[in-house]
This record gives sequence, structure tokens and C-alpha cells, in this order.
Amino acid sequence: MSIDTAPTVSATALDATSGAATRRDILHRLLMTLGPILAALVIAGCILLAVGVDPLAYYGYVLEKGLFSPLGIQQTLTRMAPLLFLAAGLIVAFRAGMWNLGGDGQFLLGAVTAAASAPVFVQIMPFWLALTCSFLIAVVVAMIWSLVPALLRAYQGVNEIITTLMMTFLGTSLANVLVKLVFRDPGTTVPQTRTLPVEDRLPRLFDTTITSGLLLGLAAIIIVHLVMTRTAFGLKLRIVGANPRAAVHAGLGVPGLTTAVFAISAGLAGLAGAVDIIGVQGNVRADWNPAYGLAVIPAVFLARMNGFAAIGFVFLLSVLSIGGESAARRLGVPNHFTLVLVSIVLIVLALAEYVDHRYNQSRKA
Amino acid sequence: MTGLFSAVFLSALLFGAVTAAIPLLLAGLGEQMSEKAGVLNIGIEGMLLAGAYLGFVGAFYSGSLWLGFVTGAAGGAAVALIMALLCVRIGLNQIVIGIALTLGLEGLTALLHHFQFSRSYPRLPAADATVIPLLSDIPVIGPAFFKHHLIVYLAVALVFGMGYLYRRTQLGLNLQAAGDKPAALDVAGIDVIKTRTIAVLTTGALAGLGGAYLANVGAGLFIPFITNGAGFLGIVLAMLARGRPVWVLFGALLFGVCLSLTTAMQVAGINIPTDVIQMLPFLAVMIMLVLFGRRASLPAALGIPYERGAR
Repeated sequence: MSIDTAPTVSATALDATSGAATRRDILHRLLMTLGPILAALVIAGCILLAVGVDPLAYYGYVLEKGLFSPLGIQQTLTRMAPLLFLAAGLIVAFRAGMWNLGGDGQFLLGAVTAAASAPVFVQIMPFWLALTCSFLIAVVVAMIWSLVPALLRAYQGVNEIITTLMMTFLGTSLANVLVKLVFRDPGTTVPQTRTLPVEDRLPRLFDTTITSGLLLGLAAIIIVHLVMTRTAFGLKLRIVGANPRAAVHAGLGVPGLTTAVFAISAGLAGLAGAVDIIGVQGNVRADWNPAYGLAVIPAVFLARMNGFAAIGFVFLLSVLSIGGESAARRLGVPNHFTLVLVSIVLIVLALAEYVDHRYNQSRKA
Repeated sequence: MTGLFSAVFLSALLFGAVTAAIPLLLAGLGEQMSEKAGVLNIGIEGMLLAGAYLGFVGAFYSGSLWLGFVTGAAGGAAVALIMALLCVRIGLNQIVIGIALTLGLEGLTALLHHFQFSRSYPRLPAADATVIPLLSDIPVIGPAFFKHHLIVYLAVALVFGMGYLYRRTQLGLNLQAAGDKPAALDVAGIDVIKTRTIAVLTTGALAGLGGAYLANVGAGLFIPFITNGAGFLGIVLAMLARGRPVWVLFGALLFGVCLSLTTAMQVAGINIPTDVIQMLPFLAVMIMLVLFGRRASLPAALGIPYERGAR
């Protein structure tokens, strides 16, 4: 987890030949992303063939539903909203060298608090204030949930992989307990929270079904990217990530910064939950756990913790998951194939990056 | 009458605890070895699932539980081989590959299960227990701890075998060095890549064995996502144990008791959501960490791929 290479990229942009160079750069990046995805689709297609499903039909449905049909692309963009918030939170943590693997617990607790508070608030306050308050509560709850790992890491040096993993197990269970015992809607037989009426949810964009949470998510990830790369605070966090001991010698308050990183990262994960509930789902059912975090973590790594690249990867994940659900339904394959597809895409992308890196090295040498 | 009931209940509870603990123990021991050698193996959940599926397939079609354990361990090792090639040999990011393998195996085993078993849901016959004479006659403790399948005793013996390996053998020292200062190991003329590969493959075989036990003996069938986070629990156990195999055993038993309590309460019809009991072991460990939180003694080079001559 090193400080990224953004400065060198901007340095080349100052060259006289910058126009052609950056265009070739972009083309190269695009090839290095699309090529591996194609290769991954071929590999996954062999698995489909092996189980007796026509891969072309499958991918056709994935593209049609996930990308090209008007309704499908709207669902894809809607799915992106919570993933973008999660990715933003992970970028902060990973750049600062903290392995926050507890995103799912923070996400669910944010979701449950938002689901519990929003229906109450909309009855007693104006619409916008109510939603803002629910968002804030979700953020605060998620932040509090990350406090134990944060303080243990900051002041005791306890490894945060263990603590965040455990807190995520605890958090998923606690979210279930809250749904089943505390916030349960008395009006339904299935355990779930009270449903937020559709007209009280986050407004949709224009005449589409896309949630405005998408814009919030895009704003969040871009702000995070700029803060991490362009501000003194971001630089401090990156120094902590690159070498905590050096950061102490540079006079940085490492424990305070560590706690701040966890708070921001968890707060964004909590927002992800709140956006998914207030924007899309409307309520939380018991045992609901989409486990978005697990797919977003490798995507953020592949994006090299770059916010703009992460947007691209999140879009890819959303296309695959929305398109995959539909293709699976139409072809009678279980939806689990999407997991296989995502996994192969991730591995092949990681491999391609390695090959590219080696090629560049050998050319320099 | 109630006294008799509670004794029977207690020994059933403990029996269940041991059954639930074995996959965690094997996963934890495996993860511990990887981590000692400097590889953070997040793909262990996938290795457990591969072991569970292939172990069940092997046992179901051959009719032999032992063959099932062999195929299960081989399945786990096969997944570990991918991990070793990608993360140890060419040094790809261990977290990306680990999570990708977990996701992929979750999907793949669920998919294969759908096409093979989803209409029939076949079950294996109950596993034969190896009854240890005399000890198994002790009330409560006897039936709880000494009437298990032979593999359970072997797994417990493995804990001490591992302790011996780490403390008394050359390989144990090499593993430790591969995690703490790989460059030093390299200078001493020992292949870091090979040492780490051995560790990762062993992890896979152990996790696969744990998965096979979970499916074949614990449940008697394979269902998608049967491991339900046991691999991640294994990671937690390995890290909490600070390099000591015996602590993995204690931790696995603690979590096993809580898992078994969940089932027992469902059977007894007590009306608390099982989630509350599932929280107990994590709460206990978190409180312990808050009270005694010490710096985890993790290997210095954990998660960093080794590249000769790199600075």
C-alpha cells in the first residue's frame, strides 16, 4: 500500500507531447481493462458450456438487462449507489493502511437504523430534514460501531483485521436482533422493519427509476478521491498508511488520525446502508445481508484506490450483478453463477495488471 | 428425571460443540501456518467450501467416508494451488485473490450442487464413531468427547503435532522466517517461495479436510454456502492464537460451544433469536481484547509478496 503514482501522471501531462501521450495512456488502460474482461468471459463461458448452458445466450441476456435495456441500465445505476459509498469508505481506509474488513456490519447497522428512523421522522418533520436526520443517525451508528476496532488499533496496536472481522459478525447478528425484536413492524407476519412509503424515499432522477442516491454516491467518491490526493489531511493519512513510524516522527498524531480514518470509513459504509434503504429497499427484512462489501474490496484494490477507476469497477460489478440475475432467471441457472463470473473477472484483471507491470519493467530495463 | 434429562442434554451439547469446533480448528490451524509463513489467506472460506463439496461428492459416490476426506483435502489443496501460484509465485495481491477465490468457490459449489443434488438432496448415513474404551464410560464427559469419528482425535493430535513442528523442526523455523524476514531466509539458502508454497498448500489441505468433515460428518449432506463464514472465523482464531496451535484449539472449542448452543436452543424451543447466541463468542473475544488488548504478534512480512532483490 504505497503512496500512489498520481504525481508522475500529472507531470507527464505538462509535457509538450502530452495530448498524444495521455490519449495513448487512456487507450492502453482501456485495452488493459476490456481485454481481461473478455478473457474472463471466455473462461466463464467454458464453465457455462460444461453445465450445459449456452454462454452466448447468457451473456446476451447479461448485456441486454445490465447495460442496453432502458429499465436494466436504470437498475444498474441504482445498484451503484450503495457500492460507491462502500468503495469511498474503503479508499480512505486502504490508503491510510487500515484494513477495514468490517464494511458489511457497518453497512447493515446503518441500513437498520435508517430503516427504523426514517418512517418515524417523515411523520414529524419536513421531508428533507427527516431524510437528512436518518442519514446522520446511520452515519453516527456506523461510526460508533467502528470505535472499538479504531481505539484498539490506535492505542493498543491490536490488529484491525481481526477486530473488524469480528465486529462485522457481531454487527450482522445485532442487525438481525434489532429487526426481529426492536424495530419489527407489528403489521406484518414476516420479521421486517416498517416500510418507508415510496413517496417518502429519495427522489428518482428525472423521469427514470434511477435513485438520486447515485449522485450522492458519485459525489462521495469524488470528494474522497480529491481529499486523499489534493489536501493536507489526505497527505497525512497517506503518510500514516505508507509508514506509521515515520508519521510519528513527522509529528503527526497517529492515534487521532487512525480513529478519524475508521470513523470516516465506517460512516461512509453506514451511509451506503442508509442510501440503499431510503433510496431503494424501503425496509430491512430479517437476515437480509447483500454482502456488497466482499465484492467491493477487491474492486477497490484493482482500482489502486483511485476514486475514478473505482467508479468504473463499481459500474462493472453492477452490470454483472443486475444482468446476471436476469440471465440466470431466464435460462434457469442459479444466480450463483454471477459470483463465479465476478471472481474470474477479478482474478484475470489482477493477472493482466501483473503482466502489464512486468512488460513495462522489461521495456525500461 | 430432570437431572437425567439435563445430563443427557449437557453431553449432547458438548458433543455438538466438538463437532462444530473441528472445521474451525482445522481451518484455524491451516490459516495459522499460512500466516506464519507470511501469506494472509483470505481464500480459506473458498477452500473449506471446495473441501465440503468434493468431500461430499467423494464420500457419496464411493460410499467411503475416508475417501471423502481424501477428496475433500485434495479439493482444498487444489484451490490453494491457485492461491500459491498467483499470490506466492507471481506475487499478486493476497486480498484480491483471496476474496475472489472465496466468491468463486461459493458460486461454483452452489452451481454444481444445483445441477447435481438440488432435486434429491441426498444424505450420507451417520458416521461411525470410534468409541474409546473406559474414557467413554465417564458420565456426561464420556459420550461428549470420546464417541467421535476417528478424524476428530486425529485433528486434536494434529494440534500437538503442529506445536512440535513449529518449535522443534527445521521446517518450522523456515516457515517462521518466511513470515518474519524472508530476505534472511533467502540469504540462508532456503527457497522462500517453496517454503511459502508448502504452507499455503498445507492450509488448503487442512481447510479442505475441515470442509469435508463439516459436510460428511457434521451435516451428512452438502448445501450451498454450508460453511457460513467458518473460514473467516478460522482467520480470527489464527490471529488471536498468536502463533500457538493450542490456543486455536481452545478458541475453536469456545466458538463450537456457542454454535452448538444455538442449535440446542432451537431444538428446546426457547424463543430467543439465534442471532443473540451467535453474538456471544464474538462479544467474549472483543471484551477480552478490550481488557487485555495487546499488540498482536503477527509476522512482519504478512501479506507482502516476496520478490528477490526488491527493496
